Amino acid sequence: MKHWHLFIAFFRVGMLGYGGGPASIPLIHKEVVDKYKWMEDDEFGDILALANTLPGPIATKLAGYIGHRVMGVFGMLNAVLATIFPTIVLMIILLSTLSSIRDVGWVQGMTAAVVPVVGVMLATLTWQFFDKSRKGMGWTPAIIMVVVVFVLLSVLNIHPGIIIAILLAAAVLKKDRNEETRKEGERA
Amino acid sequence: MIVYWQIFVAFFIPGILGYGGGPASIPLVENEVVHRYNWMSVQEFSEVLALGNALPGPIATKMAGYIGYEQGGILGAAVGVFATVAPSLIIMIVLLGLLYKFKDSPKVKRMTLYVRPVIAILLGIMAWRFFQESYIDIGIWQLILIAGSSFLLIERMKVHPAIVIGIALGYGALFLG
Repeated sequence: MKHWHLFIAFFRVGMLGYGGGPASIPLIHKEVVDKYKWMEDDEFGDILALANTLPGPIATKLAGYIGHRVMGVFGMLNAVLATIFPTIVLMIILLSTLSSIRDVGWVQGMTAAVVPVVGVMLATLTWQFFDKSRKGMGWTPAIIMVVVVFVLLSVLNIHPGIIIAILLAAAVLKKDRNEETRKEGERA
Repeated sequence: MIVYWQIFVAFFIPGILGYGGGPASIPLVENEVVHRYNWMSVQEFSEVLALGNALPGPIATKMAGYIGYEQGGILGAAVGVFATVAPSLIIMIVLLGLLYKFKDSPKVKRMTLYVRPVIAILLGIMAWRFFQESYIDIGIWQLILIAGSSFLLIERMKVHPAIVIGIALGYGALFLG
């Protein structure tokens, strides 16, 4: 049953994610966290962070890891194939039957209409992650961090992978003090 | 035999060097496919890319699947996709396996906390790019209409996004084609 759920979840992700792999992130979140509850928001955030730090396509890294986490190696194969197989077949069929890409105006119209929908889903997910940051570290540090990261990424054009790698290193190297545990207590 | 090895190398290199997801690796794919192996011209490559962008799903694997198929049939497609997906996926599973083992340690909890704002920003920038692209493509009124109604449907009325995307696809095929 879980294999069927994995397949159908990632099949939907593959068939509905217009705009490349990164566009499928909110769809994966919807299936994995909201619908099938295979993991919580926090874990999804960690996975997304690491996927951003590593090279290669995002969607297949997420599908493969989540499949592996839910059902082992076969879960991994199932999820990756469900994500990529249908659209590759579609691509091969369309390219070998159509004489010119210009024949597919309506296909491009479909894509154009989905882009704003994905935009809305990304914006909602953005808000959820900001809201979680605010709850985790408080309004002021969250806003400061968001502004600093935004400047680093958009103004100075530093690669997100580098920023995430530095933050992960800082989290590991920082000494565990009693103050930390006290803060944890206040949050809870 | 040699062609399978070439397909593997042509997609392994973009897969391991392309940071920022599949779309970031497309210029690297072009470099291998057009300039190193001369499998297609720049014109053909951009036509394939245009159709790839119009279809759903990850772009890097669609390109690998199609170009692999052109050069080496079904097996060629399988080799291209494997070379694109496998290396980074294996690293990911190993690293997250380690992280999961220590998930209750305060250090790992702190990682989650530190990284969250970065994820928020990355998603926010992506959302902005999608709106911008859409604004250029279909204009402000269509954008507001589609974005506004999908927000109401998904967030307020809790309709599954699959249904909303289905409606958008129909609308686009009829009115934006």
